[in-house]
Amino acid sequence: MSSSDPVNSSQESSQTSTPDSEPGPASIDKTGFNKQRRYFLIGATSVVGGVGVIGAAIPFVASWQPSAKARALGAPITIDISKLQPGEMLGPVPAWRGQPVFVIYRKQEAIEILEQERNDLADPNSENTEMQPGYAQNPWRSKRPEIGVYVGLCTHLGCSPKFHGEVVPEPFDPNWQGGFFCPCHGSRFDMAGRVFRGVPAPDNLPVPPYQFLSDSVIQVGVDEETA
Amino acid sequence: MADQSAGNSGKMVKAWTEFMGWMDERFPLTETFEYHMSKYYAPKNFNFWYYFGVLSMVVLVIQLLTGIWLTMKYSPATAFASVEYIMRDVEYGWLLRYLHSTGASAFFVVVYLHMFRGMMYGSYRKPRELLWIIGMAIFAVLIIEGFAGYLLPWGNMSFWAGQVIVSLVGAIPVIGPDLMEWVRGDFLMSDITLNRFFALHVIALPLILVMLVFVHIVALHHVGSNNPDGVEIKKHKDENGIPLDGIQFHPYYTIGHDLPAIALFLIFFCAVVFFAPEMGGYFIEKPNFEAANPLKTPEHIAPVWYYTPFYAMLRAATFPLFGIPAKFWGFVVMAGAIVIPFALPWLDRSPVKSIRYKGVLSKFMLGLFVVTFFVLGYLGTIAPSPVATLIAQIGTAIYFAYFVLMPWYTRVEKTKPVPDRITVSH
Repeated sequence: MSSSDPVNSSQESSQTSTPDSEPGPASIDKTGFNKQRRYFLIGATSVVGGVGVIGAAIPFVASWQPSAKARALGAPITIDISKLQPGEMLGPVPAWRGQPVFVIYRKQEAIEILEQERNDLADPNSENTEMQPGYAQNPWRSKRPEIGVYVGLCTHLGCSPKFHGEVVPEPFDPNWQGGFFCPCHGSRFDMAGRVFRGVPAPDNLPVPPYQFLSDSVIQVGVDEETA
Repeated sequence: MADQSAGNSGKMVKAWTEFMGWMDERFPLTETFEYHMSKYYAPKNFNFWYYFGVLSMVVLVIQLLTGIWLTMKYSPATAFASVEYIMRDVEYGWLLRYLHSTGASAFFVVVYLHMFRGMMYGSYRKPRELLWIIGMAIFAVLIIEGFAGYLLPWGNMSFWAGQVIVSLVGAIPVIGPDLMEWVRGDFLMSDITLNRFFALHVIALPLILVMLVFVHIVALHHVGSNNPDGVEIKKHKDENGIPLDGIQFHPYYTIGHDLPAIALFLIFFCAVVFFAPEMGGYFIEKPNFEAANPLKTPEHIAPVWYYTPFYAMLRAATFPLFGIPAKFWGFVVMAGAIVIPFALPWLDRSPVKSIRYKGVLSKFMLGLFVVTFFVLGYLGTIAPSPVATLIAQIGTAIYFAYFVLMPWYTRVEKTKPVPDRITVSH
C-alpha cells in the first residue's frame, strides 16, 4: 500500500502538468513518468550540486597554501662575507626562506677547473634557465667568479649536500675536483653547483636571486632586476 | 534453598531474554553477532598464517588507544620538546610512547605477513578481488599514516625524511613544485607542515583506516574466508546449508585459535617495548634524538625499516629515460611498486588458487619475490654505493617481474590436482 503511494502521486502530478508543458509522446513512458523532465531535473540538480561542492572545496584546498606569515618569512636576507676565506664555505650556513644558502669563496685553481670543457656534467652550460638568474649563466654560475651563492638543497629530494672543496680523492669519487656531495642518495655537484651525469639529481643547484650591497655584504632573495 | 536459587536464575534468564528481545526489535544485535561470529563458518584448516589478520586488529586497537593518550600530552607547537616531556615527565609517558612507536613497527610486521598469506594461498582470487583491493587500500593509507606519524617527534630524521618524501611530489612534471609548496604550506618543511600532518595523523587517516577495516571485514564475511587449500568450502554444505568443512568462527577460532595467539603476540610485543624499544636504531632512528635542524642533513638518511624496500626502489632510478629526469622515474617506480599489487587478482591466471597446488614456476617466483623484498629492505637502510645501486636495480626489476610476468608463468606451468574438499593433516 505504502509503496504504491509515490507512484500514484507522481502519476497525478505528471497528469496535471502535462497540459502546461506539452511534452512529446516519447518522453512519457508506460507508467506515466515524464522521463525527459525527470532526467533534466536530475542533471540540473547534479550540475548545480557539483558546482556547490567545488565551491565549498576551495577554502579547504586554498587553506593549505603558504599563509601570510609563511610568505612574510620569505623576505630577503643579508649575509656578511667579510670573514670568508678562499677555499671555504660560509658557516654557520645562513638560511633564506628556511633553505640553506651556500656561499663559497673559490680559489683560482677551482675557477680554472670550472672553465674547462666538460662532458661529465648534465648541464655544463646552465641551459636550464629555471635554475639560475641570467647573470649566473656562466661557467662559475655566479656574478663574481670567486664568490658562489647557491641554494644548498639537492635537486633530487632536497637533502642538503656536503661541501668538499678540496681537489683530493674522495670515497665517492677517486678523481674528485672539488664540489658538493649529497650523502642521502649520492648526487655530486662541482664547485659551481653543476650536477654530474649518472646521479639521481636532475638539475644543477639553484642560484637564488642575489646582489652585492658592498664587497663584503650580499643580499639574498632580491637582485637589481627584481628590486 | 535450592529451589530459591533455581527460581532466581530462572528470573535472571527471563530478564536477559526479555532485554535481548527488546534490543533485537530495535537493533539487529543477535543477528549481527550470529552473522559475524557464532554462525560465521570459517574453513577448519586455518594454520599459522591465519593469525595475522586478527593481530592487525589488535595492533590497530593498541595504536588507537595509545595514540589518543599521547595526543593529550603532545603539542605540535613544541613538538620535539613535548615528546621529551612525555618521555621524562609524564607518568608512564615513556610506556605510552614506546607502545605506540613499537606498535607502528608491529603493525607493518603483521600486515606484511597477512599480505604474504594472501599471496601464498591466492586469497585475492575470485570472489575475493574486492577484499584484496580494500586490503591494499588499507596498506596504502597505513603507509601515509606511518609517514605522518614519523614526522611528529620532529627530530632531525623526522625533518629530513619528511623533506625527502614531500619532495617526491615535486618530481611530478609541470605541477610538481607548486604542488610541493601546497603540501608543505611553506617554502620548506616547517611548523605549518608539521601541524597539518599532525591533523592527518590523529584524525583524518585513522578515521579512513577504521572505516576501511570495517569494510574489509564486511567484504570478508560476505564472500567467506579462503584457506590454505584454496578450495571453496561453500561448495559442500549439509542439509542445513552449513559448509561441511566449516566451523563456527566463535567460539572455535576466537577462543581456541586467536586468543592464545594474541597472548603470545603480546608477550613478544612487550618484550620489545620493555627491552628494545629503539631496536638498535631501526624502530626509532638515532638522528631523531636530535631536534629538527633545517640547515643540517644527517650524514645518512634512511626511512624506518618498513619503508626501506620501497625506498631502495626509489633510489634505484638513477638515469633519465625518454627525456624525463631520473627523479621522476624514482617517484614512478616507488608509487608503481605500491600500486601494482592492486592488480594481483587479474594478473594471476592459474587454474588453482593455493601455492600448494601451483607449479614450480609460481613457487620459485614467490620465493624469489620474498628474498628480493628482504634484500631491497636491507639496501634501503644502507648508504648508496655503485654496487648497492646495481643490486637495487636488479631487485626492482625482479619485484616488478613477479607481477608483470605472472599472467605468463601462472598459465604455462603444470599445476597439481586440487582436492574437492579441504585437507586436514591432523
